[in-house]
Parts: sequence; structure tokens; C-alpha cells
Amino acid sequence: MAALLQDVGQAVANGMQTVDTVFVGGGTPSLVDPDLLMSVINALPLSSKCEITIECNPDNVSEALMHAYKSGGATRISLGVQSMRTNVLKILGREHNPENVRTAVEAAKTAGIDEINLDLIYGSVGESIDDVRSTIGEVIALQPTHVSAYGLTVEPGTPLARDPSRFPDDDDEADKYLLINSLLEDAGYANYEISNWSRKGSECRHNLLYWRQGNYLGFGCAAHSHVNGRRSWNVRTPDRYIDLVASGESREASFEELGQEARTLEALQLALRMRDGIDERHLLAPDLEMLEEFLTRENGRIRLNPRGRLVANEIAVRLVAGS
Amino acid sequence: MDLAKIRNFSIIAHIDHGKSTLSDRILELTKAVDARDMRAQYLDSMDLERERGITIKAQNVRVEWKGHTFHLIDTPGHVDFGYEVSRSLAACEGVVLVVDAAQGIEAQTLANCYLALEHDLEIVAALNKIDLPAADPDRYAMEIETVLGIPAEDILRISAKTGEGVDLLLDAVLERIPAPKGDADAPLQALIFDSQYDQYRGVVSSIRVVNGTLTAGSKLQFMNANATQEAVEIGVRRPTPTPVAELGPGEVGYLIAGIKDVGEARSGETVTMLSRQASEPLPGYQDPKPMVFCGLYPIDGDDFELLRESIEKLKLNDASITYEPETSGALGFGFRCGFLGLLHMEIVKERLEREFNLALIATAPSVEYRVRKTNGDTEIVDNPADLPPTQNIQHIEEPYFRVSIITPKEYTGTLMDLCQSRRGELGKLEYLSPERVEMHYQVPLAEVVVDFFDQMKSRSQGYASLDYELSGYRQSNLVKVDLLLNGQPADAFSTIVHRDKAFDYGRRMCEKLKELIPRQMFDVPIQAAIGGKVISRETVKAKRKDVLAKCYGGDITRKRKLLEKQKEGKKKMKAIGRVEIPGDVFISALKLDD
Repeated sequence: MAALLQDVGQAVANGMQTVDTVFVGGGTPSLVDPDLLMSVINALPLSSKCEITIECNPDNVSEALMHAYKSGGATRISLGVQSMRTNVLKILGREHNPENVRTAVEAAKTAGIDEINLDLIYGSVGESIDDVRSTIGEVIALQPTHVSAYGLTVEPGTPLARDPSRFPDDDDEADKYLLINSLLEDAGYANYEISNWSRKGSECRHNLLYWRQGNYLGFGCAAHSHVNGRRSWNVRTPDRYIDLVASGESREASFEELGQEARTLEALQLALRMRDGIDERHLLAPDLEMLEEFLTRENGRIRLNPRGRLVANEIAVRLVAGS
Repeated sequence: MDLAKIRNFSIIAHIDHGKSTLSDRILELTKAVDARDMRAQYLDSMDLERERGITIKAQNVRVEWKGHTFHLIDTPGHVDFGYEVSRSLAACEGVVLVVDAAQGIEAQTLANCYLALEHDLEIVAALNKIDLPAADPDRYAMEIETVLGIPAEDILRISAKTGEGVDLLLDAVLERIPAPKGDADAPLQALIFDSQYDQYRGVVSSIRVVNGTLTAGSKLQFMNANATQEAVEIGVRRPTPTPVAELGPGEVGYLIAGIKDVGEARSGETVTMLSRQASEPLPGYQDPKPMVFCGLYPIDGDDFELLRESIEKLKLNDASITYEPETSGALGFGFRCGFLGLLHMEIVKERLEREFNLALIATAPSVEYRVRKTNGDTEIVDNPADLPPTQNIQHIEEPYFRVSIITPKEYTGTLMDLCQSRRGELGKLEYLSPERVEMHYQVPLAEVVVDFFDQMKSRSQGYASLDYELSGYRQSNLVKVDLLLNGQPADAFSTIVHRDKAFDYGRRMCEKLKELIPRQMFDVPIQAAIGGKVISRETVKAKRKDVLAKCYGGDITRKRKLLEKQKEGKKKMKAIGRVEIPGDVFISALKLDD
């Protein structure tokens, strides 16, 4: 934490611009002393309406913690719920009690943190469609302002990657996605990005910044930054990070400078993920007719309908191929 | 050179029976190659030859033994190159038959021995690998006596690996194989029995002088090609090429005549002096005839010109390849190529890919059909796509092979099943010895080219061996099976099969393609059809999702790279109608069946 504070301090000294959103995530920030955490955040040049999100494990959320976050300026918490079904949590290797989610949401609300995101994972082998239905039902009952739901993904190097029998099935994930989308939409949560739904005005501004190719600075090990087409990421291990901060050297592990073509492709890929979609004039795909069933058109904009969102990459590639 | 001091011979052996090792030992024993320069399988110069353990091109080398000059003429080791073998044998007075003392004689070896007997060659037989614990030389000596009539006591016993008995073998060559005959004063008649293209020297031909004298610098007439050339360089291989001023009757060496294309100096060509021509060429010249055909297409359409140049270059060294441009709706521009056999086809494809850095798709191998049409015409068809409409066909004839299989008797049943399933007709069954059987079948070539050899090997645990030759054309009940993707014919998968097998072929191809074709944005029906009639059907269900993972700040780079990869992948796709198919699907689907 000291290194983090020092890192932020150096950035501010180097003329870091005022920020409008802060997101604390990766690992489990809720394990850190909240006062220490908030002191780091408050060392940043924050705007007056700054959105400050902290990711929490429902197991270590208490009213005291929420009060500490609130008084430190936090506006939003994101709870790693994954599922409200213990059988599914077990498959995912998470042992928390779904009851903790309810108390965590209560604690946040009591402390006055109104923006609450519940983060879900679906698609594990062994999870039934009814498991998903009941999880979403319980989530809606908790009345969060925001829900993220991601399909379980096989990441290289993870235990899951070594066990093909547990690989999620594309059709199963697609079915579950469509169910989640319709349940949430019916309950008044609008989809504004493939995997994100919110009450009106509760969209996560920090996420929107990512998806609009905005600039952001990442602090801490393995944190990513983006400044005007230059994407970089910090060294992965805490030890290396601490050493580099102490010696005043660059924390970067590596970076890439995006060329125009890459930036355009990325912009299209990201824009297609979102509710606003893309300008109709960009649609030059030779096989547009075939794509029509995945699109909706409105006011000169083209958006992906729920089935289209599921194959957003394929559509992006086709649009690029035609441009 | 004194004719009495010359011996010309080939080694006939099955793959793995030790021909190359024996050649190595002979080079050492005759001090042609320094022990420190020796590398295993000295005469197999191509990487592919060493890897596959077969000789593709004939080699020859001159060595000295007890005051005599020996020409060792190496022959190609595969049935596809049978014609080359017969040309090599035409340059010899005898052969050394090498048989593995633990395995016995194999079908192709036997066929080559019969070929040697037809050429009136003396056979010196040797059982090799007597150092192996499993060696049973007495038993296999009896077998050789039974099938070839060589007295068992005349059969040498050697180990090319340890060198045991190899000196005695060379003595036997000296004593038993007759010296060549020839007339030094007659007009020149020299036989070309192999030609290879060297990028620095042009075509280098292996040559055997039969009559007369070949002198360096002289003007030559190539009698079959009816072309005039100059003997730029003549020489002998010791094995290092060593120029000489002349080659007399009975001598074997090489000729460089400033030729750029091996097609102009083919195996079987007779060379004579322009100024004093022989009245007759030597007998036995044929144009090698391609037996197996397939389309070769570059996976990247931009490589078409490169493919053309590459085939042209390869043909400089392999006159038996035929090729002409062809267009496929599914695969774009490519070439219809003809090969001596399936191995030849595989080797050519592999050489094109390795030596010219091409990625190629080969369509299913086909044979040459004779189509009798209702209007009385006959059409030769080597590409299923060119088959006339059914209503115009009177009947179709297909080439048949005389197939001979030698096998330990316990595999007879399963090999008969194999031949039966390949529409084979049993001719006769002969016991070579109480343990081993030779089976004679008539099998359609089309059934032989599709993994027959591999099946035979796996059913016999590697023990059976195969030889075959064209026996003629026969009328068969053949139909064309087309594959349709999303209603569009995919001509690359069309094939001509016997009607009894059409349904099975169609079903298997549909199933295979269902496994191989990646899911698309829409359902893709796969159909097999004869004429307009669908005989089998499968569906590749539409792809439903390709994105559902989180996409935060740290994921964006990775996501974009994934997309770039997806985009690159699209470029490598072949489109059949709206269906996009990765190039390797063609390769996998057309791969010979497992």
C-alpha cells in the first residue's frame, strides 16, 4: 500500500489530470485496511462528481467496512456474487454463503452506498438453466442498481483449462445469456453492454470509459493503462512493483502503440458491444443481408440485438472486412 | 577398359531389408569413401529419401574390387517407380537380392526379381541381418529356393550392419555375375537409365554404354527424343563425380549435355553419336504413364503463380509428373496433376510444400476413367467434375490392377476381407512355404489408391507386402457422388465411386464434414447426392456465441488481438457460397480414411 501511495504521489507530482472515475479491483480490495485504501484514493486528483467503485468479496463486507468506504468517498461497490446457488458456487470453487450477499447489500445500503453492482458468472458444467433462473430472481429481489453477468471462460493456465470435461458449452451459455437478458430487462435493467445491465443512470462510468477507448492510468501490479492509443501494463508481481516504485523506475512490463487500423478495429469491436451501437454508415459488409437478423436499426444507428450480441466478434470481423 | 574386368549390378531389396546399409558397407570395404567421410545411407541424397527410408531416384557408383571395376546401380525402392527399376536393371548383368533373414522375401522384391529374370540377369541372393536374434536364415533360404529356384546352399549369409560376409558377397558378384558384352568398334549405343536436374549443371543423366565409345565433347543424337546435344562432360561417380575422357562398352557413368529439362533425357533414352549413328535405339523405351490424378491448389490464392513455377521446376527433375491448369468452384485456381502412384503424389506434394514453401490442398485422388457416351464417343476423365451428365453416359470403364500380396498365412483371412471390400477378385493363392502365402487379386485401381497399402500393413501388423501393375480396363457400375454445402456443390469433394459404395461414401463424407466445418452464422446443411438425388444429409448448427467474457481495461488488448486473429483466419478461408471453410478442412476431409 505504501508503494501504491508513493506511485500515485509521483503521478500527481508529474501533473496527472483530474479523474472522473476510480475503480479498485483485481484481487480482493476488501481485505485491505479501508482507511489506508481510501487515503490512497484521496491522494488522486478527484473531480467533484467522481465515481469511485470498490470491488468486494461478499464474505468480508461488514457495515463498518461500508461506512469506512462511504466516509472515504466511495460511491459504488461491486460484489463478486458469481451465483446465488450453493451447488453452482461449489462447482466454481467458491465456498461463500449466498446469505452473505444479502447482508453485504444491506450493509452497503445502510452505509449510504446506493450504487451496487452484483457480478455473476454462468455457464459452468453442472449449472442448470433453473439455477440461473433462480439466481437472477434472487439478484433482482436484492434490488441492485447494476448487474454484470459473464459467461465462464477458459483461461489458459487455470485448473479449468486442464479439464476439458468442464469446458462450458457454447449453446448452453447462449441459452443462459438470453434468459438472463430477458429476466433482467423485464425487471427494468437495461442492457448497455453485452454483459452489463443497469437501472437508468446507474451505468458504470468507468466501464464506459474503457469501451470508448478513453484514457486511464492503472496503479499497482499488473494494472493496465491507456493513453491516446498507447496501451501498457505494469509488472505482474508485487515484489517487482514495489522495487520499481522505490527506485523510481518505470513500472511498465510492456506496452503497445496502436496503429490507425488497430485503433479502428478496436473502436468498432468495443462500440458494437454497447447499447449505442455504431453509425449506420459504417455498415458496408458485403453480406449485410445475412447479418440483418442480428441487428436493430434506430435513428441511423445500428445495434446488436440479443442474439447479435452473442456473436459480436464475428459481426465486427465481417464489418471490418467490408470496410 | 577390358570388358572382362567389369561387373554391373543392382541391389534388389525390400524397404528396411538393409539395402542402404549394404551400399554403405560396400563403399567402405572398397575404400570408395573414407571412413571419416562416411555418413549413414550415403547414396540417399534427398532428405525425404532418408526420412522415408526409400530411394526415389536411381544412383550409381563405381568401386574397385580385386582388380575389377564394379558399378553398383541403386534402384528406386517403391512400386510406384517400377518403370525406373526396369530401366536400371537394363543397365546391369546381374542383381544382388537382399532379403531380411528374419522376415523373408516380400512381394515387391519378388516382382523385381521376376523382372531381373526377364532381363536374363544373374541373381546373387543374400540373407541379411543374420546378427539379429530373430534371424532364421535356413528357413528363408528354403523359401527363396522354392519361389526363385536359387539353390539354398548358394545363398550368402551376411550382416550389412556388422560387415560380416560382405567381402564374400563381393567375391560372389565377381565370380557369378557375367562381365558385360559389347562392341567397342560399333556405333555408339548408350542407355540413359535416370536423369536428375542439378540447378548449377542442368540435367545429369546416369548412362550405361552398351556398344561403341562415348567421348567427351562429341556431338550426340538422342534417338527417341530426336534431338542433338553435346557431351559437355562425361564422368564416373566414385561416388564423387570424376570427369573422364571416354566411356567404353560396359561402363556406367554420368553424362552432362547442357539439357535443362529431364523430359529431354528420359529413362530409357538411347544416345548415339551424331556423326556415326546406330541404326536402332536400344529396346524398351516407354513414356511413364501417370496412374493417379489429383488437383493441387494453393491455400492462399495469391500463390497460384508460385505453384506454377514450382511445379515447372520440379518437373525438370521428374519427367513423370503431368500437370495442367484447372479451376474449382471451391478451391479457385490450381493444377490437375498426374502421378505414377499414390506415394509419388505424396512425395511431389511434400516436396512442393517443403522446397518451395507452399501450403497446398490436394483433392481426393482419382484414376483415369474411360467414359463411353451414348453418342458413341469415348471420353477420358481423370477429374470427377468433368464427368458428362448421367443421361449421356453409356457406361464407364475403370483401370484394374493385378495385385500380389505376400503375407504370413495367419493374416490371409483379414487380407482377403480387405481385398473383398475393395471389390477385388481372387485369382490364385500360392503357398511360398508352409508359413507364407502369395495372394493374387484383380482390384480396381481406384480402390488401391485409397489407403489400401496402409490397411494392408495395419491388418497384417506390418508383415504383408504388396506389388501391383496395371492389368487393363473393365466396365463397372460407377456413379459420381457430389457434396453440397448449403445447397452449393463443393466440387473438391466430388468423387466417382461404385454404386454399391456411394451411399456409404456420402454418409461418411457428410459426417466428416459436419465434424470439420466450423459453425457459421447460420445453419449449414451438408448433403451428398447422386445426380439430383440426395442420399445423405447432416447439418452444422449455427454458431450461437463467440463472446461473453469480461472486457475491462486489462482485457482490451487481448480481445483485439483475438479479433485480429479471427480476421486473419477469415482470409485463409475458402468460401463455398456463403459457407466459409478453413483450408485444413479440405485436407482433413480428403485425407485417406482411417
